[in-house]
Amino acid sequence: MSAATETVSGGSARTARIVIYALLLVLAAVYLLPLYVMLTTSLKPLDEIRAGDMLALPRQPSLASWYKAWGEACIGVTCEGIKGYFWNSIKMVVPAVAISTILGALNGYVLTKWRFPGHKLVFGLMLFACFIPFQAVLIPMARVLGIFGLANSTAGLIFVHVVYGLGFTTLFFRNYYEAFPDELVKAAMIDGAGFFKIFWRILLPNSGPIIVVTVIYQFTNIWNDFLFGVSFSSGGASPMTVALNNLVSSSTGVKEYNVDMAAAVFAALPTLLVYIVAGRYFVRGLMAGAVKG
Amino acid sequence: MTTIEPVPIVEQRQHRRSFVDRLGSMLPKIVLAPSFAITLIFVYGFILWTVYLSFTRSRILPVYELVGFDAYYRLWSQPNWYMAIKNLAIFGVLYIGLCIAIGLCIAILMDQRIRAEGILRPIFLYPMALSFVVTGTAWKWFLNPGLGLEKTMHNLGWESFKFDWLVNTDMAIYTVVIAGVWQASGFVMAMFLAGLRGIDGEIIKAAQIDGAPTIAIYRRIIIPLLRPVFLSAIIVLAHMAIKSYDLVIALTGGGPGNATELPSTFMYSYTFTRSQMAVGSASAVMMLMGITAIIVPYLYSELREKRS
Repeated sequence: MSAATETVSGGSARTARIVIYALLLVLAAVYLLPLYVMLTTSLKPLDEIRAGDMLALPRQPSLASWYKAWGEACIGVTCEGIKGYFWNSIKMVVPAVAISTILGALNGYVLTKWRFPGHKLVFGLMLFACFIPFQAVLIPMARVLGIFGLANSTAGLIFVHVVYGLGFTTLFFRNYYEAFPDELVKAAMIDGAGFFKIFWRILLPNSGPIIVVTVIYQFTNIWNDFLFGVSFSSGGASPMTVALNNLVSSSTGVKEYNVDMAAAVFAALPTLLVYIVAGRYFVRGLMAGAVKG
Repeated sequence: MTTIEPVPIVEQRQHRRSFVDRLGSMLPKIVLAPSFAITLIFVYGFILWTVYLSFTRSRILPVYELVGFDAYYRLWSQPNWYMAIKNLAIFGVLYIGLCIAIGLCIAILMDQRIRAEGILRPIFLYPMALSFVVTGTAWKWFLNPGLGLEKTMHNLGWESFKFDWLVNTDMAIYTVVIAGVWQASGFVMAMFLAGLRGIDGEIIKAAQIDGAPTIAIYRRIIIPLLRPVFLSAIIVLAHMAIKSYDLVIALTGGGPGNATELPSTFMYSYTFTRSQMAVGSASAVMMLMGITAIIVPYLYSELREKRS
């Protein structure tokens, strides 16, 4: 009797586990589907796409549309592919990430280890700045960039991304340094170490993880940005996301879905690679940016 | 005379050292100052500038003559703006609700000591690493009425299958919801999973010993314990919903017609393409007020909690 009930409950537990795994696998398939379709479409010739089955694997996979998207596709009036825009994005992302991370680290250091009256207010104002809708600063920024001759330039976009990324980088480093023992800093002060020496010798060597988190967060955000790119640049100076949108939404000539998808793959590749290599840190950054420490 | 001469030198030295000391003690503030100044000018100053513009009659270029609430009257008499508000309400409610429902379900499934968690987690989360423009492009193709999902279903033998939401005025906003939920629900899952892992196992064990069924344990004990995660998720998602711009532009371009107009697309088109800068500013101010109403109480309570 008791053995029988045991096997019944054992059996139902096994059914439950099978159901759980089946559900998770179906869900995983649904989440992967758009990426799968994007990739396979980019590897198919146009006739095969028109003939039909979006879910089928390409009969003869070819990278032809990748080459076309990279070097020949027409965006606006020029037909040189997306490579120039890809480099625009790289030239924008690297300095913007570096500058905002360095400033964030210094700000976080000051706001935790060199507190002054009003430090909470300063932090609160910088924190709220992270969350404003950027529409509320778009018009003045367009004017100011124009006045300083930075409109439609990579330098202008770097500046904008540093300005509006500062809040987040400061938040990350502040929360991280908050947990860093004050005793070590005080001991170094007694030994006569100054502001920068303490930062350089004590804080920075222990900041590995938060630097990775911040760099990944900023890289993903700035690479993926569209609003600033489309507002403050046009034509050949645009970043990748803007070029992709121009390519996909242009309605002249034959619609080449495979080239569109290949361009989308190029736009997705850098952030996806970062995610694959350092997903753990990416998630930590998202959580820190959302739930806040 | 000779005795007087060295005095000013000593004084000067002392003066110089105290200056250096003072500089040293000021150093942290000097380091922080540029960032703070930048924030004050380019965030708060610019917000005031936008607010000011919303009280003018600016069209293609800013003018600085105040005319009162004119732009706000015009904003609230635009059918387009009502469309944007209505769409934001539909999108916001469904986006937040579905992301939380799906995120919570996946998190609970993942919390059943799943062996392949290390493989599944990244699969649910990778859309978050993509740009909204990429997401929009991919879904635009996937939902393409001629060649996408609809045709695939026809090929599979389901001839009557119809899915034209992308070009259907009444349904287009729901495609934005689908793509948005696909992108963000994995992130919500990660938030809930972290919450679930933080729950004290003893409470659950005690309930299990009392013979409570698993579903009851989740409904009565675990989900109520996740309240803070619900709050965070709602805030984060509401904030993302109000700011949503790229996704709509890439997926539907705000169309067909103005069927997927959102406040963010409204602001952009009125400011930069329709030369109604004052109305655009007024809409930006409305967006800012919406976000402030959500974020400020949240930040305030979070900062206060930490103090205690």
